[in-house]
Amino acid sequence: MENRNLISITDLSAGEIDEMIKLADDIIADPEAYSEACRRKKLATLFFEPSTRTRLSFEAAMLDLGGNVLGFSSADSSSVSKGESVSDTIRVIGNYVDIIAMRHPKEGAPTVAAARSIVPIINAGDGGHFHPTQTLTDLLTISRKIGRLDNITIGLCGDLQFGRTVHSLIEAMLRYENVKFVLISPEELRVPSYIIDKIRDAGTEYKEVTKMEDVMGELDVLYMTRVQKERFFNEADYVRLKDTYILDAEKMQLAKDDMIVMHPLPRVNEIAVEVDSDPRACYFDQTLYGKYIRMALILTLLGIGRNGKKA
Amino acid sequence: MNIDGVSTGIVLDHIQAGKSMQIYELLELDKLSCSVAVVQNARSTKYGKKDIIKIDALIDLDLDVLGYVDPNITVDIIKDSKLIEKKHVALPETLTNVIKCKNPRCITSVEHGIDQKFRLTDKEKKIYRCCYCDAEFKV
Repeated sequence: MENRNLISITDLSAGEIDEMIKLADDIIADPEAYSEACRRKKLATLFFEPSTRTRLSFEAAMLDLGGNVLGFSSADSSSVSKGESVSDTIRVIGNYVDIIAMRHPKEGAPTVAAARSIVPIINAGDGGHFHPTQTLTDLLTISRKIGRLDNITIGLCGDLQFGRTVHSLIEAMLRYENVKFVLISPEELRVPSYIIDKIRDAGTEYKEVTKMEDVMGELDVLYMTRVQKERFFNEADYVRLKDTYILDAEKMQLAKDDMIVMHPLPRVNEIAVEVDSDPRACYFDQTLYGKYIRMALILTLLGIGRNGKKA
Repeated sequence: MNIDGVSTGIVLDHIQAGKSMQIYELLELDKLSCSVAVVQNARSTKYGKKDIIKIDALIDLDLDVLGYVDPNITVDIIKDSKLIEKKHVALPETLTNVIKCKNPRCITSVEHGIDQKFRLTDKEKKIYRCCYCDAEFKV
């Protein structure tokens, strides 16, 4: 791969994404062939903002590749609390490891890091901006559950304004033929204008609606998101909007038999627990695919193939 | 009102009336040791009113700044009282350290020592986006 960093999903061509999905499929089919692929390699997980699943998913991915992991899980436990800049932190840590996965509350922080780093940088989420490895996870999930990434009607529901997973997924899906977006959100949490501009520029079909019941039957994929408290400056707005959409068994009756329900997790109220037993609910499988695609990404950025051979 | 002509220097002409001080500040003309004249609300046959800046020396100018503030500005280079070059400016593709990102969530709000970079994403609507956080900035 030409680009050694992954900041935005658009850093990857559709071909490179397809290759990575193929590699993940191969890892799933034969994990043993990759169990020592990253022997003596180190991944730093630099989480300036707390996260459980993304960090553990990266760490599990590196450990399953036979590599080692070091890092921190909040800014309080790093030199940032002493006022160190992102640039300096990355320059120092780049001397100790082979690859860095970082999450930062400020948007664009991984771009700053990549400009200073001597090792590949993976953006593990920068504020409400991008979260490309979640997108790769989502693409692998759709690919494995539906068997294709084109000819799909995908409903995105919830906080579409601050939901970075949604923005990245839209950008990635724009590359595929005959994709339709159904954007389900309250007026206040609509997809930002710059993302809508990109959908329009790509000539992709989309519609914005406020009621999920009206569109359930059209969807191949329903991608639910949480209204994130940490993205609001005003508590009252959060309280007013947090329970706008709740997917339950009754609403699932309106959906196609082969529709899949996805969610980047963690969920709060937006998917009732009763939906978990529905075979169309695949958000827990999605987390497992997240580990496999991160394995594929680490291998790709480090230029390592099967059995630790140079790719 | 009479202002002496420039014998060797630069005249920034056809500045939209009222924008000359913004240019003065962005180009940091206050730091020059040569004479600088800012003419506001001069008569213009084309626009009715215009601003003019006269700089009494040949200095390196950041044309991107001028293009960003007003793409209709013309830059006259004068040597020995003769106009030797007339430059036209345009809305630049990128802006470095001209405008600041206003998104409080942007890394540029906390990280010191990095350039404020913007790229032109919509020429017609004159929209720039922050190279770090994609926040919009309308000219």
